[in-house]
Amino acid sequence: MTNHQDFGAALLDADHPTPPRLSDGQGRPAGKRFDVYRNNVAVSLSDALEVAFPVIRRLVGEDFFRAMAGVALRRYPPQSPLMAAFGQDMPTFLDSFPPVAHLPYLADVARVENALRRAYHAADATGMTGDDLAGLDPDLFATMPFTLAPSVTVIRSSFPVGTLWQNNQPNADPAPLTGPEDVLISRPEFDPFVDVLPAGAADVLDALDGATPLGQALEAAPEGFDFPTCLSLLVTRQVLIP
Amino acid sequence: MSTTAKNIVIASAMAAAMTAAVAPAAHAAGKEKCYGVSLAGKNDCAAGPGTTCAGTSTVDYQGNAWTLVPAGTCADIEVPAMADGTERMGSLEALERDLPA
Amino acid sequence: MFDYTPNSLPTSVGVGYKPQHFEDVIRDPGPVQWLEVHAENYMGQGGRPIAQMKELSQKFAISAHGVGLSIGGEGPLDPDHLKRLRHLMDWLNPASFSEHLAWSSHGIFFNDLLPLPYTDATLTRVADHINDVQQTLGRQMLLENPSSYLWFDDSTYSEVDFLATIVARTGCGLLLDVNNVFVSATNLKMGAREYIDAYPTEYVGELHLGGHDEDTDDTGAPLLIDSHSREVADPVWDLYTYTLAKTGPTPTLIEWDNDVPDWNVLRAEADRAAAALTPAS
Repeated sequence: MTNHQDFGAALLDADHPTPPRLSDGQGRPAGKRFDVYRNNVAVSLSDALEVAFPVIRRLVGEDFFRAMAGVALRRYPPQSPLMAAFGQDMPTFLDSFPPVAHLPYLADVARVENALRRAYHAADATGMTGDDLAGLDPDLFATMPFTLAPSVTVIRSSFPVGTLWQNNQPNADPAPLTGPEDVLISRPEFDPFVDVLPAGAADVLDALDGATPLGQALEAAPEGFDFPTCLSLLVTRQVLIP
Repeated sequence: MSTTAKNIVIASAMAAAMTAAVAPAAHAAGKEKCYGVSLAGKNDCAAGPGTTCAGTSTVDYQGNAWTLVPAGTCADIEVPAMADGTERMGSLEALERDLPA
Repeated sequence: MFDYTPNSLPTSVGVGYKPQHFEDVIRDPGPVQWLEVHAENYMGQGGRPIAQMKELSQKFAISAHGVGLSIGGEGPLDPDHLKRLRHLMDWLNPASFSEHLAWSSHGIFFNDLLPLPYTDATLTRVADHINDVQQTLGRQMLLENPSSYLWFDDSTYSEVDFLATIVARTGCGLLLDVNNVFVSATNLKMGAREYIDAYPTEYVGELHLGGHDEDTDDTGAPLLIDSHSREVADPVWDLYTYTLAKTGPTPTLIEWDNDVPDWNVLRAEADRAAAALTPAS
């Protein structure tokens, strides 16, 4: 009797024998017919990783990515029926996959790509815009607590992960890669954005917990923190939820 | 920083941010800037093409079978040395030496 | 015995909705009066997918077609997934909900519709799961016949008898995928028309049409793959006409999931289905 444990093991491992008592309907072994299912699983999950991680794919090349996806999908197969969640383990996988050990920034690029997908499906929210600042008393603004929009992820990287991501977008005008970057992933309307944060902004954003006044959260910032640039970005991307 | 000084900083940042451009609200959910994200993580009920290749190719990167080298866009990045002090280069040209023998 | 909200798709042509067709389908729907979407693609918290669907559901009837419930799975249905489905029914209120006679999860989600032997044990499991779904959703569901590539020597029911027994035990309706019938019949060397002749068409709430690829098995025998990547094949159109003669006019979907074409190509398929569904008198 075929059971799903056995069938599933054979799906992901071509060296695992085909489950017993499957045939072509004419009394011959199922043979290649079982491979249809093996192929469907591997192709559909590899395709899912390809569209989820287009920048990783560009960075390592199509052939390498396809082969790597075959390893990744077997090491970290989906646990949830929502394909939108598949690939969450890619940063962990990339950190442990010897053939890319010399490209340590790939895991952070994968974190950015996961955050983009997360942002795309996140709950809608109305954040402050530049217009909302007009006429707002700065003293009052300083006392206001904020949370971040549900679409927001802040990623702190030891690598220039934001510029690396931008440089590998279609028709990008490549910018020089310099030092470590923290990035903000957000979704003001329906399209997600990746922006490089001014140094120290990640600390301020971490401090915005819905209770801490903005003025106090700013104390988390280092000396010389560029708050004008930071605030312009936050209202452009409608990240601050009063 | 005193509260007064801090509020001056906040006030000037507000003045700068008021002029920050906000993208005009797109009509409903219409135009996609790029289909990339909307296609990512899409459930489907169709079979993949063909009956062979991906499903039956053996993937064993730990043995000697893994011969592929990343060959994408070059990203020259200085990356921190490995734990043993060996220097690493982010450059994709310098890769082979890290591959398992 | 069964008191569930019945399905209410218009007796007309629908297409599998793809986001790239959002503006086209509103501007130029042609004969298309309803859209089918994969339920799992509308289970996020917000953003464009949900905004699009809220707008489209004002203009079209919507069929929610699940691909991840694993109704034939060995374990209990995933309670989290049932909750997500219930939530989808609550805000989208689709005209129909359907799922597959297949399994796709066993610890791992395999992202494919995997086959089942037609035995008493499978029958009990599938019927129990369908009862769970219908009770949780408070509505009748439609069960779709799979495309088969192989045969289980343990099967003791024909597929048609198996489906008819499920209907009797659960009160569910049926989604008859005409392309799947053709694919399975070719692959297992059975008669497609004999399948339709035996099929309990009085329970059909929806028909599916889709394209398939042609391959061969180890012996060189034809092996059709349910790829949804091209136009509906001519023999499948013939089988559709044959089916309609038995079912009468029935809501019909064009499925095209891989290598999705421009809207005008998909619309042409819808036009062809509409012509068959409502022959000029």
